This record gives sequence, C-alpha cells and structure tokens, in this order.
Amino acid sequence: MNTPITKKTTENKIDRPIWNAPIRLFFIMRRYPIIPMMVIGLLIITAIFGTWMEPHDPIRADVLSRHIPPFWMEGGDTKFLLGTDALGRDVLSRIIGGASVTLLVVTASVTTGVVVGTGLGLVTGYFGGFVDDVVMRIVDAWGILPQLLIIIIIVLTFGQGLFVLIGVLAMLSWTGAVRLVRAETLSLRSRDYVLLAQIAGASNTRIIFRHILPGVINMVIVTATLGTGTIILTEASLSFLGAGIPPPDPTWGKMVGDERMYVGAAWWTSFFPGIAIAMVVMSGNFLGDWMRDRFDPTLRQL
Amino acid sequence: MAKVILRRIVLGFIALFVAMLILFSLSRATGDPRYIFIGPEGIGIDPEVWDLMGEKLHLDKPVPVQFAYWVSDIVRGDFGESIALQRPVLQVIKDRLPNTLKLAVAAWILGTIIGVPLGVFSATNRGKFLDYLFRGFALLGQSLPIFWVGIVLIFFFAAQLQWLPAGTKGEGGFISFKHLLLPAVTLAWYPAASYLRITRTAMLEVLDTEYVKLARAKGVGMYTVWWKHAFRNAIIPPLTLSVFVLFGLVNGTVIVETVFAWPGIGRLAIEALWATDFPLLAGITIIFGALYLLMILMLDLVYAFLDPRIKYS
Repeated sequence: MNTPITKKTTENKIDRPIWNAPIRLFFIMRRYPIIPMMVIGLLIITAIFGTWMEPHDPIRADVLSRHIPPFWMEGGDTKFLLGTDALGRDVLSRIIGGASVTLLVVTASVTTGVVVGTGLGLVTGYFGGFVDDVVMRIVDAWGILPQLLIIIIIVLTFGQGLFVLIGVLAMLSWTGAVRLVRAETLSLRSRDYVLLAQIAGASNTRIIFRHILPGVINMVIVTATLGTGTIILTEASLSFLGAGIPPPDPTWGKMVGDERMYVGAAWWTSFFPGIAIAMVVMSGNFLGDWMRDRFDPTLRQL
Repeated sequence: MAKVILRRIVLGFIALFVAMLILFSLSRATGDPRYIFIGPEGIGIDPEVWDLMGEKLHLDKPVPVQFAYWVSDIVRGDFGESIALQRPVLQVIKDRLPNTLKLAVAAWILGTIIGVPLGVFSATNRGKFLDYLFRGFALLGQSLPIFWVGIVLIFFFAAQLQWLPAGTKGEGGFISFKHLLLPAVTLAWYPAASYLRITRTAMLEVLDTEYVKLARAKGVGMYTVWWKHAFRNAIIPPLTLSVFVLFGLVNGTVIVETVFAWPGIGRLAIEALWATDFPLLAGITIIFGALYLLMILMLDLVYAFLDPRIKYS
C-alpha cells in the first residue's frame, strides 16, 4: 500500500511475465511479415548460390544408394539429410537445385505478364476506341479458355522449354493486369489533374507515365505479389504433369511427379519438395496480403 | 434488362469466336498439321494418303477459308477425329464427361458446404481462436499444391491406414462414395479456402452495418441476426465465386484425375498431350469454354432474381 504507484508501473514494464515474450513477438510478426521475408530471402540465396550449397550432385544417379530414408529414420544416413530418391539422388540437393528454376520462372513470367498487361491497360484505358475493343475482346476470349488446358496446348505446339514455360505463365497474369489497370486508368483520366495537364499542353506519353502510372503502380505491385502463389502452383503442376522444364534439371513439381508411385515405400521423396512449394507459396500470399493492407487499402475486398 | 442480357450474349459469342481463332492459329503455328502423323524417323504415311488427308482437312485452300471450314464444322457439332483414339472427338468427350462431372460437382458441393459456413463463423468470431484456426485452414488450402495433397492423402488413408482405395472410380456404372471421397476432398480444399475468405470479408462488411446493429439492439437473437439478416446480404460474393470455382475445377480435375487415375476429361487431356492429339485437346477446350459462358449468363439471371437492387449498366 505504501509503495508509490509510479514505481510499481515502471517495475511492471521491466519485469514482464515470461509468457509475454511470445505474445509480443506475435504482435511484432503481425506488423511485419518476418517469416515470409526470411523464406523468400532463403529462396533467393539458394537460387543464386545453390551450386555451392548442394551436398551432392542433384543430377547424377547412383543406383547403390537408392531410397535411403532421412537421417533420423532407421537406416538413414547423415550423408543424405533428407534421404535419396529412386535413382539414388539426394533429395536435399535436388530441392536446392530446384530453387533457381522456381525463382527464375516466377520472376521472369510475373514481370513479363505484369509489364505487358500494365502497358496494354494504360493504352486501352487512356485512348479507348478501336484498340480498346480489340484488346478487350482478346482478354474476354482468353478468360473463357480453361487455363491449364490452353497452357498444355501451347506446350504441345511449341515444345517443352524454359522460355515456352515463362511465356505461358506470363500469359496467366496479363489479362488480370489489363482489366485492373484499364478500369483504374478510365477513372483517373477524367480527374481534374489529368485534364489540367492536358490543358497545359502535356503530351499523351507524359500524362500516361507521369500522371496516370503513379496512380496505378501500387495496385499493380500488390496484385502481382498476390498472384505469384498461383504462378508457382501452376508451374509446379505443369512440372508434375510432365509439361514443364524438360529433364534432367530438377524442379519441385517434377520431383513429386516422378516419385509419386513410390509414396508407399519412400514418402520422403515426394513429401519434402511439396513442403518447399507450400512454404514459398504461403510466403508469397502473406507478403501480398501485408502489402495490400499497407499500400493499397482499397483492394481489401480481393 | 433484356437489352443487357442480349449484349452479354453477343459479347459471349464474340469471345467464343476469338477463342476459336486463338486455338486455330495455335494449330497452324507449327506448320502443316499433317506433320503430326509423321514420326521422328521420317516415316509415316504415303503421299496418296497425305493428299487425301489434305483434301479432307481442306489444306489445299487458303488459311482463312480453312478457318471458316473448321468453325462451321464445330458449329454443326463436328469436332473432327481424335488422332490417337481414331474416334470422333465429341464421342470420346461424351464417354468421359460424366465421370469428371461427378467428381467436379462433388468437390463443388463439398467446397461450398465447408467454406461458406466456416467463413461466416470466422467473421462472427473475428480475432478469436476460431477465426485464426479457420483462416489457417484457408491459408493451407491456398498454398499446398493440389497434387501433393492428393499424394499425401493416398499415403495416409490408402497406403498406411488402408481405409479407402487409392484411385479409380470403382466397378459398375455408378461411382461409389468410397472411391469418390479422397479425390473430392483433394479437389475441394482450394475452393473451400476461396469461399471461406470471400464469405468472411463479405460478412464482416455486413456485420458492420447499421441494420445489423439495430437488429441486435432490438433484441433479436445472435444466430438469427447472423444467418437471417447478415448472411442473406453477404451471399452475392460467394455466389459469384461459385461460377468461377466450378470453372477453376477444370484445372484441378486435370491434376486430381492424374493422381487418382480417374477416367475423366482431365486425364484424357493429359493422354492427348502425350499422344500430341491436337483435335481432342481443342475440342475439350472449346466445350469447356462454351459451358463457362453459359454459366456466366445464368449467373446474371440469378443475380437479378436474388437481388433486385442490382442495376445492369
């Protein structure tokens, strides 16, 4: 009773109960997506420096060491931390080797799709007229084609390969960007500041790049980040179905697909690549959500 | 309103036409479609058959005329002949479609009856344990690769526990519930997650409105407010989603049917990919596109019926 209240509160601040620490950590993590950023950072590091990080050659087969379980299981070997697959290749090395493909394909296709989509959206939204009609009819037509089927058809016509895969995945994201940017440009171009710029004699190029693009760029980046998850999953599905990058380069989807008949005998060969895919996709979704709340609250309903 | 619906129909036909144009240009992008019949060794068919086939496929005429022939054939219901199976495409699809429809509809219903109520509970428990639990469930559903989920389910329920069969649709004309369960659950998780997220957002918005607060203040029971006042006004976003979900299931069935060896359209598409069977793939794609257009039109009509406030513009 006699102790001054002020002292007590300061004491409380210093000696927080032990169970407060995880709660505080939880709130810090809610404010900043630390774990997703760490996962993405790890993906980038393994993609760049993967060749030096792989404990074994991810491509060379060794029949003597096939289907060795992960090191903590009976018969496991610390030489192969996550075990080996049906051809005796180290699962961990192949996961590390697959990181570069995932990162390359996803960044290249998302960037291509978003740049093309944004450009077309700006032009169609700003100028309207015939070009607008043509582009929107193509977007409509693209929308009614089942995506995985049209991708398979394109892979069938042009053959399997890295560039075909990137192009095909870029096509997944361009229509969404066109629709979104076009709608936003339509509303922006009748704003007073755009009209004033026109009266002041600014050229169309200048208005598009200096006055309209800054108004849509946040939205574009947020939706692109939210879309990466779908792109990664589609890439993995294509690899799984055997329509992705041709062998022998390891990709996560292909690892699951190649080993799925052995799942009863050697679950680790298809389990761990799937976990890798899920972690990257989840991080992409988290980052996208966070960026949306942060940079573009109008998109909340998406 | 009739005018708007008419406009939608016209736009739909234009979209279908452009889609066919895209498909046709793809089929001609690699040159003469007859090259498919020639193996990598350079042997295949003799010149007489080659010419005969060219005549049958109208390859001796200019490309736009070829396209016109192709479209008119499709309009009359002739999708050509499958290269690998040597049967009319339409017949092959007709044989396989029921299996895919059963799987897709089962997953659709499952996704809806799991996703929508969980979304409502998630919204009414906002910020509490249940909310986080359900949102975690949705996050997993949207992040886990669908083929991986299928394989893990096979591992646990078919290989380890041996409760359910690992694949195929089972014997007889009907599909047994036992065989349907694993593929349907695999296919339904992603849509359930989408339903959950969109229902939650819509419910949160409605729960924040004045009339819901007034209903609570008047003393109407909590559950009545949630389900009768709030949910009925939050139903449009999940309803819109349902059409996209059903269309999106086409992608999912391709993978799930491959994992579970399910004899449907999806596996047919993969078999066509390996046999470089272009007419079959094109036929499947066009039929699904047309079905999707039909569903969007029906959705417009349902909107007008459900919510008279919606004005067409």
